[in-house]
Amino acid sequence: MDLRSRASAWDRKYSPYLYISPFFILFAIVGLFPLLYTVWVAAHDWDLIMGQGEFVGFENFTHILGQRAFWISLRNTLSIFILSTGPQVLFAIVIAYMLDAHLRAKTFWRMGVLLPYVVTPVAVALIFGNLFAERFGLVNSALETIGLNPVGWQSDSLASHIAIATMVNFRWTGYNALIFLAAMQAIPRDLYEQAEIDGAGRVRQFLSVTVPMLRPTIIFVVITSTIGGLQIFDEPRMYDHSGRGGSDGQWRTMTLYLYELGWTRSDFGRASAVAVLLFLLIVAIGIINFMITRRIATADGARQAPPTRAGRRAAGRARGKKLSRKEAAR
Amino acid sequence: MSTTDFHQGRRRGRTTGRRLAPVAALSAVAALLLSACGDNGDDNGSGSGGAEAPESLTVTTFNEFGYEDLFEEYEELTGIRIEHNKADTAENARDSLRNSLGAGSGASDIEAVEVDWLVEFMQYSDQFEDLSEDASADRWLDWKYEDAAAEDGRVIGFGTDIGPQALCYRADLFEEAGLSSDREEVAAVLDGDWDNYFDLGREFVAASDSAWYSGSDNIWQGMINQVEVPFETEDGEIIADTNPEVKDLYDQLLTASVDDELSAGLSQWSGDWADAFQRDGFATMLCPGWMLGVIEGNADGVEGWDVADAFPGGGGNWGGSYLTVPIQGENVEAAKELAAWLTEPEQQIKAFEAIGAFPSTVEALESEEIQSATDEFFNDAPVGEILANRAEAIEVQPFKGPNYLLINVAIQDALNRVDVDGVDDPETSWEKFLDDVEALK
Repeated sequence: MDLRSRASAWDRKYSPYLYISPFFILFAIVGLFPLLYTVWVAAHDWDLIMGQGEFVGFENFTHILGQRAFWISLRNTLSIFILSTGPQVLFAIVIAYMLDAHLRAKTFWRMGVLLPYVVTPVAVALIFGNLFAERFGLVNSALETIGLNPVGWQSDSLASHIAIATMVNFRWTGYNALIFLAAMQAIPRDLYEQAEIDGAGRVRQFLSVTVPMLRPTIIFVVITSTIGGLQIFDEPRMYDHSGRGGSDGQWRTMTLYLYELGWTRSDFGRASAVAVLLFLLIVAIGIINFMITRRIATADGARQAPPTRAGRRAAGRARGKKLSRKEAAR
Repeated sequence: MSTTDFHQGRRRGRTTGRRLAPVAALSAVAALLLSACGDNGDDNGSGSGGAEAPESLTVTTFNEFGYEDLFEEYEELTGIRIEHNKADTAENARDSLRNSLGAGSGASDIEAVEVDWLVEFMQYSDQFEDLSEDASADRWLDWKYEDAAAEDGRVIGFGTDIGPQALCYRADLFEEAGLSSDREEVAAVLDGDWDNYFDLGREFVAASDSAWYSGSDNIWQGMINQVEVPFETEDGEIIADTNPEVKDLYDQLLTASVDDELSAGLSQWSGDWADAFQRDGFATMLCPGWMLGVIEGNADGVEGWDVADAFPGGGGNWGGSYLTVPIQGENVEAAKELAAWLTEPEQQIKAFEAIGAFPSTVEALESEEIQSATDEFFNDAPVGEILANRAEAIEVQPFKGPNYLLINVAIQDALNRVDVDGVDDPETSWEKFLDDVEALK
């Protein structure tokens, strides 16, 4: 009796932890451990083949921070990140809004938007690499035909960032659009009816109903694309034949720099230091993101009241309509 | 098989090579895993060390070694099945071998290693089987054998091919520019130093719309491979930044490339570079044996290429590979036998016939098959004889330290900043190169 009741008390007390433990165990193994281990490696002299060397403390970090190549890679990463994430989110919302309208062959259009995402990054890079080849590429040939100067897609930093951001946007815009579309479909339709009755046009409806209602989704998309954007690797690596980010590091991102340190120079200590710095950068930008979106959230929170009230009113009116229809049927 | 010769693979789909790298790497890894599983299953308890013949061996090469038919032949001879992992680029093969050595597992029974990064792996020579007793040293050209010998006498690799350089040129463009285009005559006028080569180039570009060569990085490979101690001393000191010879060559080359406009300003192996073969972009190219196939592929349908039995500044070797046997393999004895067999003169000749890998064994070099080989694409040039002559003309085998590849890549970047991208002048670009070297120290 005593034992049984104690067992059942334990059961009540601990088994919930047991049920949720798989996530935490998995997280500890694949999330937390690699993270801490990277910090550990970063504090050592560490060769890819020879393995662990001496403990060097912050020496790897001071070395990395003293490298011109590191700062250029930081610049490139931020630049490509801004050029890709911003337009991506904007276009995705607009595309989702268009897909949300009553279209013929809805599924066809929705699948079509997702198509670039299905194409592997390697194939995307192959195509865009040819488009943006500096001497004989399609884009420059086209520019020259209409009498413009060719652009140094590989020699000029900004141009190469734009080209790479184009690849990223090509691939991810459709994916994000579908996420926005799903969120849009969850917006109560009567809000739009209400807005329409209040005399709002399509654009006004979009800005005053759709965008505020999408806020949680926007936060999600911005954060995921921030992480993706800062860790961008495939596209710059595939952008030219050498995969090292240009002769002057024009488009060498932090991940490319990390790869070069770790695998080409086999210096895992310094590569890990870059990884830790990248992690801190992502956390910092994540916090900034969070604060900005939260401010929008609270600012919008005040504004959000009317739409819900309006929604309620609209819903009430819709009910009224149904009633009257019923009455009419009678 | 040089670091660079992977672009042979690009002949047809110009850009597929590099960009498919991760895919190829993944499939190589998958193949490795599968074959590793296979091995264990097939082993029949023969145990490690492989006193008994295993059922299968894994071999990793990159680009083209011309081994496909040889593997079949070996299976017929011995009953050992060979699983061939082919990395698309030498760099991928290098990275994956590094990874395997780091992890202590995952390497194939035989791993091909390219000469420019062989030295790096010499640092870890205890990770490779000593091959010195499995074939006699006099099979190979002296320097080819010695490059793979560690200080303690261990030999970690058997030489496969070598890259003696001749000069490939466009006879039709030479003719249009009023230069003599006959193979013998071109060889005669090119017989001299680099200044002589650049002088002829000045004469050529004055009378032609094409450039003299594709880009500085191509010519650099020829120049630097003639410097005895280019970047590092045997004591392990990095001298690339202070070696006046290196700086002089750098200046000489960029003056010719940029000031005299001899260069087409194309970075080797880039898409634009490959396209330029179809557009009369340039008239000459340094030609190690394996490069013949690259030109033939990129210039498919273009007529006029020929090979001259000459090379500026004497002879020079560019590229060439080795077969190594990592100690972590399960069948090291059988793997040694296979590596020895693959590098026998007879097999080297077959690889040459298959894909043009120029043999590194003395007997193969002197053989009738090599001496009489001609190449239709290059106006029926006697390429075998020419390359054998060029191999004989090699006087200097540069000392390549563990950082050779990294430093050479850095200096080629420096050249490309000026010649291809135009973002720096020679001096500012050199400053950046000094920074890069400093980071390696």
